[in-house]
Amino acid sequence: MSDVAARVKKMVVEHLDVEESKVTENAHFIDDLGADSLDTVEIIMAFEEEFDIEIKEDESENIQTVGDAVKFISAKV
Amino acid sequence: MFDLTGKRALVTGATGGLGGAIARQLHAAGAHVALSGTRAEKLEGLAEELGKGAFVTPCDLSDGDAVDNLAAQASEAMGGHVDIFVSNAGLTRDGLLMRMKQEDWDLVQKVNLEAYFRLTKACLRPMMKARWGRIIGITSVVGVTGNPGQANYAASKAGMIGFTKSIAQEVASRNITANCIAPGFIGSPMTDVLTDAQKDAILVKIPAGALGTSDDIAAAALYLSSTEAGYVTGQTLHVNGGMAMI
Repeated sequence: MSDVAARVKKMVVEHLDVEESKVTENAHFIDDLGADSLDTVEIIMAFEEEFDIEIKEDESENIQTVGDAVKFISAKV
Repeated sequence: MFDLTGKRALVTGATGGLGGAIARQLHAAGAHVALSGTRAEKLEGLAEELGKGAFVTPCDLSDGDAVDNLAAQASEAMGGHVDIFVSNAGLTRDGLLMRMKQEDWDLVQKVNLEAYFRLTKACLRPMMKARWGRIIGITSVVGVTGNPGQANYAASKAGMIGFTKSIAQEVASRNITANCIAPGFIGSPMTDVLTDAQKDAILVKIPAGALGTSDDIAAAALYLSSTEAGYVTGQTLHVNGGMAMI
């Protein structure tokens, strides 16, 4: 697992208070991990801080799963 | 009754009568307060009066960049993020609409409404992380009833109410409440100079038979800041002696 993936996974576990085993690449933030719309906004903001990147509104709409986040962040950092 | 020990509050317009009274009551309940306003000297005087736990963070709310820095400035001064944000600053540029200048409209919206938007946005993020927060907008009875000669002011105050109701719904699940307080006629240096006839004309419309005081408003702010008021959100608390029951 890449460094980004490990960090993303750790953040998702902390922010959404879910078991690590559930945070798979295909796990959907809302459908699988129980996030609400505000959780997704919060976690996107947390990614921005952690990786020092900017995630625009239309870009964040495409980040639906853990894998989406890892892919997007890896391309930016 | 209400204990705000360990909470940090930002109060804008703290040089005015209302803002000063709000800051005093929150501070007396144990909160640290960041006092904001344009007149630094007056803020220093209030901070000195309050003593420990009072900090001065001057800001011109018509300056967007300065507004964006205020929340961070206040957090730094108080040694932690803002838990309670009281948007009290406001100004008037009265005149009948037919004579109202564009700049009178723009300035009132900028200071009364836009600064409320900018500051709330900046304050919300750490509140969401902390899962606790209080947003309080000081609006006005005229934001609900309207008032001839105050189209710009009434629009800004009505805007604050709609804004507050929206964010109340957005962040309720995070234990953050957002409410407005709508003062009616409050005694101030401005009303002190009215003639008896003018005062009588106002009082006849107020069932309580008296003007309100700054402390009446501050008490409402203290309540809405409290943990006890955690189930109250999206509301406008009218404090007006029964002048308008809405």
